[in-house]
Amino acid sequence: MPQGLEHSGTSWKGQQLKHRQSAVDRLDPRARVVAVSAFALVVVLSSDLMALSLALAGSLLLALVARLNLKRTLRRVIAMDLFMLFLILMLPFTTPGEPIFHVAGLPASQEGLVHALQITLKANAVVLALLALVGTQTATTLGHALAHLRVPDKLVHLMLFTVRYLEVIGQEYKRMRRAMQARAFVLRANRHSWRSIGYLIGMLLVHSLERSERIMDAMKCRGYQGRFYLFDDMRLTAVDVRFGVLLALFLSLLIGLHLL
Amino acid sequence: MHIVDGALSLPVLAGGAALALGGVAIGLKKMDYDHLPQVGVLSAAFFIASYIHLPLGFSSVHLILNGLIGLALGWAAFPALLVALILQAVFFGFGGFLVLGVNTFNIALPAVLVFYLCRGGIIAASPKVAALWGALGGASAIALTTILVAASLALSGEAFVLAAKATLIAHIPVMLVEGFVTGAAVLLIRQVKPEFLNISEEWDHD
Repeated sequence: MPQGLEHSGTSWKGQQLKHRQSAVDRLDPRARVVAVSAFALVVVLSSDLMALSLALAGSLLLALVARLNLKRTLRRVIAMDLFMLFLILMLPFTTPGEPIFHVAGLPASQEGLVHALQITLKANAVVLALLALVGTQTATTLGHALAHLRVPDKLVHLMLFTVRYLEVIGQEYKRMRRAMQARAFVLRANRHSWRSIGYLIGMLLVHSLERSERIMDAMKCRGYQGRFYLFDDMRLTAVDVRFGVLLALFLSLLIGLHLL
Repeated sequence: MHIVDGALSLPVLAGGAALALGGVAIGLKKMDYDHLPQVGVLSAAFFIASYIHLPLGFSSVHLILNGLIGLALGWAAFPALLVALILQAVFFGFGGFLVLGVNTFNIALPAVLVFYLCRGGIIAASPKVAALWGALGGASAIALTTILVAASLALSGEAFVLAAKATLIAHIPVMLVEGFVTGAAVLLIRQVKPEFLNISEEWDHD
């Protein structure tokens, strides 16, 4: 995969998000999570090409409304598409059916082509909707929304901790790599490189763990008893209701197209 | 290793979700609040590992580290990996949403298996033997994950069988690299902070 298309941590700073406020941010975080789940379920279960194209158009519209960073979003979506390119390209040739064209003597079936198209449309529609509705929340808000949606406490805590450590470990990793570079270490495909990276990861984990122990002690000093208090009371407003009705109409249209 | 939305059939999606849910439930039960930060660290490490691209031939592979996570966490690998996969999907569009269950199961089950298979070897008296078991754990976790990914594809339709086979072959070099890296990491952790790999032992008592 080309370097530019790899997903990188640079655009996400853990609790903060480089994201312009948009109409989507006026929606309740819980409503956004539920909306994406419903949308994903309908999209993944339908097979009508018309409905799927409409779903992709819908999520594109959502991405526009959410004012997603165009370049960053495009990079992520293309990275995902490249990821499954292999699978998609192979499908027309491995699915039996009516041949429509030949490549190097191999027949490509229409059924396979349709199936490949379906997968592409589904994957892109779901990812765009996910990035637009949930990816625009801070990870902390997402954690709180999940807690309000009755996701087990421990899992939510774990997520909040992980979000915090992502930043810490990411910085530590960069620092140690810079130190290695200063000592003229170049990553190559040999045992020395792999061993060095293994030591780097070991050291990274040890450093981070010691840090996490200090954090735990500090939290206990302040009376932590295994509970975070969620102070934000999330409330559904008229905007959420309007959005919910719109989404319900859109989803019933998709289901209708699928059943026809 | 991540499968995207739309590729798998409904029974595979539902089955994966149910199995992952079971694993996460066991993991959460075995994990107490005092160990949350440690599990969080490893969950974050899995996330960071996917940035670490090692050159290999004309292309590069990124680390997965589910073997190392399994060795350190045991069953708690399930919630740790679920959280990392949720964050990757939501904030980076990496993987999919409804396939989270399948993806979690495919990556976390090998981690748990490695914990039971290689745990004894890791605490061996000789550091060399321990590193060897670590390498074995790292490599076999990738092998098992690849087999599970291939199986989820193959179960979803005849047409995927070729792609499933290709996935298996493509991951042989990844196995090799991951084995070396995990072995070295285990060697270092044993010498610097052996408690790290004993965390889960304490958990078994409570």
